[in-house]
Amino acid sequence: MKQTLLKFLKRIEPDKEKAPLLHTAYDAFFTFAFAPNTVTKEGVHIRDGMDLKRTMVMVVIAMQLCYLWGTLNIGHQHFAALGKYQQHILEGFHLKLFYGLVQILPIWIVAHVVGLGVEFYFAARKKHAVEEGYLVTGALIPLIMPPDIPLWILAFSIVFAVIIGKEAFGGTGMNVVNIALLARVFVFFAYPGTISGDEVWVSGLTKAAPGGVAEYGWIHLNVLNPLFENFGWSTFQAGQAVVDGYSGATPMALAAKGGWEAVTQHYTPSQMFWGLIPGSIGETSKPFIIIGALMLIAMGIASWRIMVSMVLGMVTMALVFNWWGFNAYMEIPWYYHFSMGSFLFAMAFMATDPVTAASTNRGKWIYGFLIGMIGLIIRVMNPAYPEGWMLSILLLNVFAPLIDHFVLQSNINKRMKHVQ
Amino acid sequence: MEIRTAETPIADNAEGDALKKLKRGFDVRLHGEAEKVINNQVQVNTFAVQPPNFAGISPMPKLEVQEGQHVKAGDALFFDKRNPDLIHVAPISGEVIAINRGERRAIQEVVILADRTIQYRTYAAVPNVENSSREALVAFLLESGAWPLIRQRPYNVLADQNAVPRDIFISTFDTAPLAPDLNLIVEGKAAVFQKGLDVLNRLTSGKVYLGIDGRGISVPSTVFTQANGVEKVRFKGKHPAGNVGVQIHHIRPIRSKEKVWTLGVQDVLTLGTLFLEGKYDASRIVALTGAALDKPAYVKTCIGANIGDLLKGHTLDGNARIISGDVLSGKSKLPAQFLDCYDDQITVIPEGDDYELFGWLLPSSARPSTSKTFFSSIFSNIWVYNVNTNTHGEKRAFVMTGQYEDVLPMDIFPQHLLKAIITNDIEKIEGLGIHEVVEEDLALCEFACTSKQPLQKILREGMEMMIKEGL
Repeated sequence: MKQTLLKFLKRIEPDKEKAPLLHTAYDAFFTFAFAPNTVTKEGVHIRDGMDLKRTMVMVVIAMQLCYLWGTLNIGHQHFAALGKYQQHILEGFHLKLFYGLVQILPIWIVAHVVGLGVEFYFAARKKHAVEEGYLVTGALIPLIMPPDIPLWILAFSIVFAVIIGKEAFGGTGMNVVNIALLARVFVFFAYPGTISGDEVWVSGLTKAAPGGVAEYGWIHLNVLNPLFENFGWSTFQAGQAVVDGYSGATPMALAAKGGWEAVTQHYTPSQMFWGLIPGSIGETSKPFIIIGALMLIAMGIASWRIMVSMVLGMVTMALVFNWWGFNAYMEIPWYYHFSMGSFLFAMAFMATDPVTAASTNRGKWIYGFLIGMIGLIIRVMNPAYPEGWMLSILLLNVFAPLIDHFVLQSNINKRMKHVQ
Repeated sequence: MEIRTAETPIADNAEGDALKKLKRGFDVRLHGEAEKVINNQVQVNTFAVQPPNFAGISPMPKLEVQEGQHVKAGDALFFDKRNPDLIHVAPISGEVIAINRGERRAIQEVVILADRTIQYRTYAAVPNVENSSREALVAFLLESGAWPLIRQRPYNVLADQNAVPRDIFISTFDTAPLAPDLNLIVEGKAAVFQKGLDVLNRLTSGKVYLGIDGRGISVPSTVFTQANGVEKVRFKGKHPAGNVGVQIHHIRPIRSKEKVWTLGVQDVLTLGTLFLEGKYDASRIVALTGAALDKPAYVKTCIGANIGDLLKGHTLDGNARIISGDVLSGKSKLPAQFLDCYDDQITVIPEGDDYELFGWLLPSSARPSTSKTFFSSIFSNIWVYNVNTNTHGEKRAFVMTGQYEDVLPMDIFPQHLLKAIITNDIEKIEGLGIHEVVEEDLALCEFACTSKQPLQKILREGMEMMIKEGL
């Protein structure tokens, strides 16, 4: 069986010279199916079983619960605006799941086809194998976008991020800033209307506020509805109105306007913790993110130092703000900052990117702590954009080499001191 | 893969020696450990002295013998043109049957067909260790050809006879995969070992340090623990705790412009015999190890033994790799080739030139790994693995961080050191501690590297650059 498959794959191998792009793509998929038969030549004779493919896939696996929740929550938020199926997330399960899938699948496909296309092109041009970094980037991008993001903007942002952020610097391992965040920040600055404000976090409404109505596409009405009817299940009904008093605002936006009081008028702390709130696709469910983070720590893939220090930095700053109490936002108890917004997601999956984070252990403590502090400052004090992790991580990405420089310099000085 | 029962910890038997506990490291536990019996009957016909074993020898050494000439053990074979006092001698008596050359006619091997009984070169006078001057001892070591057994750090080159080393370090245990048990090797040789130490004591202005096994899984031989006139420091930890480089780092690190010397335990025995009996005895006990061997065992032979002869009697799979040394820092060899000068181990493991379906995700056989993503990592302290030479992945850019630091118990940043070497940043290379490491110290980092980077090769290039720059 294995030999037959191997023979078949070897037979269809495209010519490297005549079709370099095709060969690169073939090679990426071939090495995905079969671990190559290369043996060690010089240096060590045996190698650890760990490689970059496995590392990257483990991160993707750690994100899967966020995908599951994100998909359901797209549907849940949509129906919450219409005042339906609000008891718990499993009520109206088939509607929520399929609504979510119809939203998220195109995003996922575009993220991978466009991103991997760019990767394959550059790998073929530079004549090296496709490096696996994009596996994680491609999995992260859908999770940090709003559910209604126009696909062409998404594609554009990915091309920008991969070319300018990574390939221009030499590819995987050479990038200065986090590619997934660069894609997001590109959308944020170039097309702010699609990724900020109260309207964009709930999907499929003409307006995510009273006066809006539900809209469905061809797939919902002509494919899914007949299917559901067949089983005798409830169906999508276009034109339903958004309920009175509904606001699509995220807890962050509410907190910026009126502090904790404004937040609790719309959401309970437990809703925020479990993730039954509008937001970017994958960042709402705190328990699932925590499970992912614990998986990454247990497998030794993401740095626990960065995660812990980021928590410490955020808590420190939150305590300072609590004590300062200049406005209502500052007075939000420090522990609620964990369940509002995307702090945990940024901590688990964004700040820990090994390429763009500080690379020394002491540097990681400083790096994480500063992200925590600066991120909260941006979250609380920036009047235009009530969330801070994306910007603070990108800022510290740029400073990470400087932090490492000082750590290394202190090590060098220690060694040199003995010379005199 | 099989389960090896954990050794019963043995009570602390040290008498007030300093103990250093090293937290970081990783034991690569492999199948194929040598049975603790020494076979004295192995018949090795040819031996070779290999100039490439000695880093820094001038482009080509000057030969003193011709094919067909008969030599005694201890007779000069060739010397370094830039340093004519530094002669390399025959480990055994016999006829020089071949002088094998490689690229640009560089001499690769001087091959000797051994006599049935070894004849030793005799010396006019063997200096008395206690009464002779240091100069006289150095001169005798050079003349006898024992000098190349002493290696110098930084850079692991032959010792400079004009320098006085700050200290001399000897590690008395080896933590490398399947490494020979040095306790077995020195059994009954206390006087010879002590003599060797006495000689070394006269060569340094500082101290002679013995790194003693403090792991508590076996009792260090009294030959080591009761040695006189030396400082003993016990080390407890996983590989590379037995590396002399790691021990130096924790005892007294090498700073810029300092030189220290190191020797292997069997090299000390050779020095001891030289001064006790007045003969150059290059005999070595070598561990034949590895899962591809049917009867892993210890054999008694000499420096530079022919590998095919050593492995005679073993059924060798055609698709096996023979390594002079251990699997992390040894050199790949053919059966027609010879044991490297400083090695006391041969490892034979199967090649891994096979495709594995989803091998990177769901490996079909357990393999040693520092990564906790493998199920087997839970049992990494009791499982013993069969390994092969598959790379388990392709070379990638440096992505993961902190991996090397996790397995290297030294206050050094290997990844940054290597990057500094790649970018030729000499000041940083020096500052980040290139003086303190040699290839074997970073071998475990190279094993663990997710990106499959050739760390030992990069380090060697860095060292060569530093030597060229005269630093």
